[in-house]
Amino acid sequence: MAKTTFDRRSALKVMGGAGAAGLALRAFPSPAIAQGAPVKVGFMLPYTGTYAPLAKNIDQAFRQYVAEKGDKLGGRAVEYVTVDDQADPSKATDNMNKLVDRDKVDVVVGTVHSGVQMAMVKIARETGKLMIIPNAGADAATRAACAPNIFRSSFSNWQPCYPMGKVMADAGHKTAMTITWKYAAGEEDVTAFKEGFGKAGGQVVGELWVPFPEVEFQSFLTQIAEKKPDGVFAFFAGGGAVKFVKDYAAAGLRKSVPLYGPGFLTDGTLQAQGEAADGLKTTLHYADDLDNPADKAFRAAYQKRYGAEPDVYSVQGYDAAALLVLGMDAAKGDVNAKDPLYAAIRGAKLNSPRGPMTMSAANNPIQNIYLREVKNGKNAYVKIAADALSDPGTGCKMV
Amino acid sequence: MSSFFFFVQLLNAVQYGLILYLVASGLTLLLGIMGVINLAHGAFYMVGAYMAFAVVQHLASFWLALPLAIVLGLALGALLERFLLSRLEGADHLSQVLLSFGLILIINEGQRIIFGNDPHGIDVPGVLNFSIPLSETFAYPAYRLFVCAIGIVFAVGVSLVMARTRIGMMLRASAENRPMARALGVNAKRMYLGVTAAGIACAVLAGVIAAPIASVYPGMGDQVLILSFVVIVLGGIGSLPGALVGALLLGLVDAFGKQFFPNFAAFLVYAAMIAVLIARPQGLFRGTGT
Repeated sequence: MAKTTFDRRSALKVMGGAGAAGLALRAFPSPAIAQGAPVKVGFMLPYTGTYAPLAKNIDQAFRQYVAEKGDKLGGRAVEYVTVDDQADPSKATDNMNKLVDRDKVDVVVGTVHSGVQMAMVKIARETGKLMIIPNAGADAATRAACAPNIFRSSFSNWQPCYPMGKVMADAGHKTAMTITWKYAAGEEDVTAFKEGFGKAGGQVVGELWVPFPEVEFQSFLTQIAEKKPDGVFAFFAGGGAVKFVKDYAAAGLRKSVPLYGPGFLTDGTLQAQGEAADGLKTTLHYADDLDNPADKAFRAAYQKRYGAEPDVYSVQGYDAAALLVLGMDAAKGDVNAKDPLYAAIRGAKLNSPRGPMTMSAANNPIQNIYLREVKNGKNAYVKIAADALSDPGTGCKMV
Repeated sequence: MSSFFFFVQLLNAVQYGLILYLVASGLTLLLGIMGVINLAHGAFYMVGAYMAFAVVQHLASFWLALPLAIVLGLALGALLERFLLSRLEGADHLSQVLLSFGLILIINEGQRIIFGNDPHGIDVPGVLNFSIPLSETFAYPAYRLFVCAIGIVFAVGVSLVMARTRIGMMLRASAENRPMARALGVNAKRMYLGVTAAGIACAVLAGVIAAPIASVYPGMGDQVLILSFVVIVLGGIGSLPGALVGALLLGLVDAFGKQFFPNFAAFLVYAAMIAVLIARPQGLFRGTGT
């Protein structure tokens, strides 16, 4: 409690200062950049805190792709600037201003946390700065708040959750309960699942909302046992996902009420979840053993370069770089040549490690959503749950 | 709601309350007897959890972590009192807050350097790694019942020490009226050393015991710290029986709040605190206040 108050208060001061400085800086037009100067890529990612492993994997894979292309963007060298956003929405505006106004980056790549993302989206819309989102799934970023300069290389929260409705209905489940943290991403996930499950003839008989970021589930598990739905749809990530899956198994619910969820429930957490996660079925735009040459090459190169296994977050970082390289090549290295730059990214046809990926009219990936099952500590591919799925992009009006 | 599930929720409430009591007892000791606001209490809880993780990893035994936690906690507490808190004697609460806030930063950063940022799970120790079936679909993990048992043993032990022993008498006297207890010959220096050591040991031990069910992750102490403060404000600052009642009350509000008022679950705990503060500002059990 004291920690946040402390941070927020000091953040406010800094923010006030930065805001004033930002205004002063904006009064001067930025000098024309000589073609020889490096392209400044600004990473705004949660390098510390719960999401730090995600930030690291996005950052690493992005650099890997650019290195594979000779460390050049449209013929210009690349310079990276990093800002740690700590997944803290209260500091998001300040951090984004640092990159845009102080460091004068040419493109912002970020971030992981949806709350932080929406603050970044606001500034990107105001300044017209090119931004590529390598993870945060907030639906609005490619719906009502979409913009020609905002692209996403990851997913919208709707995408991995909507197909799960059909998966569970096909497994013969007529009723389901949902459980997630009560915050924006959780609410969007459950809404998308309910839509899919309802269309497939299922009925959600109870919604459980855990206060964010609490991880004491016993009282909720008791309610699931009491209602006995045919299945449960759960969304948690990181430490919360580890604990939820273990508690679910310990409560003896796993056999009587099967557990499902978007892939974040079992991505990057399998080692900690152990056998409690065995047989868990999840949907996501990536799986551990896709039969896909691009994926095999990517994984081998990543392992060689970093000595670690890549995950879905690495893939998203890798593809963020792929989109940027496409755009910069088309614009011949000139970030101000917006027409060819944006057109090239919009027209991207990536042979991504996740499979084929193109961009929707709202700048969100059109991609396969895979059904995966946890086997031997891996999210093993089962089948394609939704082929070339596009977010509806409701309310997106490009200007 | 059938009586069966009412009973299960009651069990959830008591079990959650007893874990909170384990953590909060150390906090209330320090605050009540020494007037020290230790914001780093949750961080020491995290130290316990990570220690359990390391012990399980390297020595392959969870049980070994329990005595180690007591030793480590006592040592950390003694060092804390001897080298840091003793310098702040007579200083205002702000200095203590700054000191313990600094400790949080140091401990969190140390955890990051040594263990990294990934969440970790600790397996429930083998003998307790089973669940007791309560119905055909629902089972209760044996380890949670074990935690209940430890909490009860701890509560009974502490209340016996407080009520029946000379040390307990001195502690109660100090919590009641510090200057008077000193004037009557309580050796404050020794008592402070002992209280800090015991208080921190409680936090570290609670971290170890909670680790298999709470999992181990960065920042896990922050939330526990807040709840611990709620517990001791509910029960009355400095009162150990108060901490027990406060913790159980919080457990009840939490479990049944989530069942009956799911939309307000996050807030209900604090609503209970506000209600108590309005009706009985000194807490349910009289503490010293300050």
